[in-house]
Amino acid sequence: MIIDALLLQAGYNAALVSLGAALLGAAAGAAGAFLTLRRRALMSDAMAHATLPGIGLAFLAMVALGGDGRFLPGLMLGAGLTAAAGLWAVQRLSRQLAEDAATGAVLASFYGAGIVILTLIQGLGVGRPAGLETVLLGSTAGMLRADALVIGFGGAAVVAALWALRRPLAMVAFDPIHARLMGINPRQMDALLMALVLAVVLVGLNVTGLILIVALLVTPAVTARLWATTVSGTAGLSAALGAACGYGGAAISAAVPDLPTGPVIVLLAAGAFALTLVIRGHADG
Amino acid sequence: MSQIPLDVRDLTLRYGDVLALDGATARFPKASMTAIVGPNGAGKSSFLKSVLGLEAASGEVRAFGGPVADAMARIAYVPQRAAVDWSFPVRVIDVVLMGCYRQTGLLGRIDRRFQAQAMACLARVGMQDFARRQIGALSGGQQQRVFLARALAQGAELYLLDEPFAGVDAATEAAIINVLKGLQAEGATVIAVHHDLSTVAGYFDRVLLLNRHTIAEGPVAEIFTRDALARAYGPSLMLAAE
Ligand SMILES: Nc1ncnc2c1ncn2[C@@H]1O[C@H](COP(=O)(O)OP(=O)(O)OP(=O)(O)O)[C@@H](O)[C@H]1O
Ligand SMILES: [Mg+2]
Repeated sequence: MIIDALLLQAGYNAALVSLGAALLGAAAGAAGAFLTLRRRALMSDAMAHATLPGIGLAFLAMVALGGDGRFLPGLMLGAGLTAAAGLWAVQRLSRQLAEDAATGAVLASFYGAGIVILTLIQGLGVGRPAGLETVLLGSTAGMLRADALVIGFGGAAVVAALWALRRPLAMVAFDPIHARLMGINPRQMDALLMALVLAVVLVGLNVTGLILIVALLVTPAVTARLWATTVSGTAGLSAALGAACGYGGAAISAAVPDLPTGPVIVLLAAGAFALTLVIRGHADG
Repeated sequence: MSQIPLDVRDLTLRYGDVLALDGATARFPKASMTAIVGPNGAGKSSFLKSVLGLEAASGEVRAFGGPVADAMARIAYVPQRAAVDWSFPVRVIDVVLMGCYRQTGLLGRIDRRFQAQAMACLARVGMQDFARRQIGALSGGQQQRVFLARALAQGAELYLLDEPFAGVDAATEAAIINVLKGLQAEGATVIAVHHDLSTVAGYFDRVLLLNRHTIAEGPVAEIFTRDALARAYGPSLMLAAE
């Protein structure tokens, strides 16, 4: 059954979901490569956790407007708004605190607020909240065709944008002062990179879930870093690893009932990292 | 008329309580080679950074007759210590190609022409054999030469170099000074912070003696006097020289 899924034989929908997850993985891998080179990996974790209150609030808003609250683009909009607010809060707090402390504070408080809102929703008995918690760990089982298309096209758009911006992104990460003298605005590049990471987080909500998206952003990137000697090589290999993990994770979790997608994807990525450590550890003596 | 490459007036810069520059003023004529000389902490690095707009100094800086911000494409800078991540996955040739960014642009292809241009810049600083080496796998002096090559790749008309000879061996120093004299012969203007007072007269044609403000400025023969040096460094320098 897993073999069927991996070979795209498990039906049209499942195949579409696997391909969508592969494109998401490629986007996460590529974005994660630039993110870790810029040393901003932790910030993506804060951003991902800050989506949770937005998801709850968007659910409530859609229920108030007469829906069942499960309309994915609506949930993504809410998630995007509070994630952006979380990012702004990190930047604001970093003026007074060290950046890691600011990141931790924002991560915990936004996530806590989100859990409170979700708990309230379960108690209210409005809309159709069952399964809303799949945004935590991801689930591609029973995913709609439209959702798979959003994920696939979203991932492809992020990959295309990163490819176009690869030179200035690399220059800002390597030597921001030189980049500035070459006419690149480092703040603008950082903002663009954060926007692309946010897009990955939102698109990934249904696949890996918000808790584990950071692993898909970071693990392929640090694995690729151990093999590649250039920025393009790092980003390309990281994207390929991310795509393979996304594809495999979605296929396996679609075939095994009740197996959440996120943990499977993350385990595959961690496996590639562990294998790399074993091989490269020997190579470096 | 005011096509003078760099004209600096009343440059003043504070870091909190520290007054790093106090009304420094200098003019750098076209195709001149100027040494900026002064003791540690005199504000030499701050002077270059302020000129480039990397530090928010007050005063007036004009480059090629206009605001310096409009002339950035014509100015290259090599910092005293590049604040870069040495474990970054980048080869020497890629670092030099970053100097071509204004020519290649966002999407332009890095074709043979740019590769050849970058290799030629590496050859000028004697680093052509290291093109495919990781930047972190070089010695300090070699890294400094790569950043000089990156500046050369820009094809600038005004070069600001912060201690280009720090940590390089004698042969490399001779090679670099040849490169700089070549730039001057092509009409470029070179400004370099320089610590070795014994080579100032041989390498440069002008001197800016700086100690927070301008002590003296002009052709080496006129300016590079014991009296002016004593005012820049204090009298102890003269004792050491004797
Ligand atoms: N980022 C900074 N924050 C605070 N003070 C600074 C900073 N950078 C430089 N300073 C101070 O400003 C003064 C000038 O420093 P600057 O680096 O310009 O000196 P310099 O002439 O280049 O010295 P050196 O010969 O050692 O390179 C020094 O007193 C230094 O302590
Ligand atoms: Mg200095």
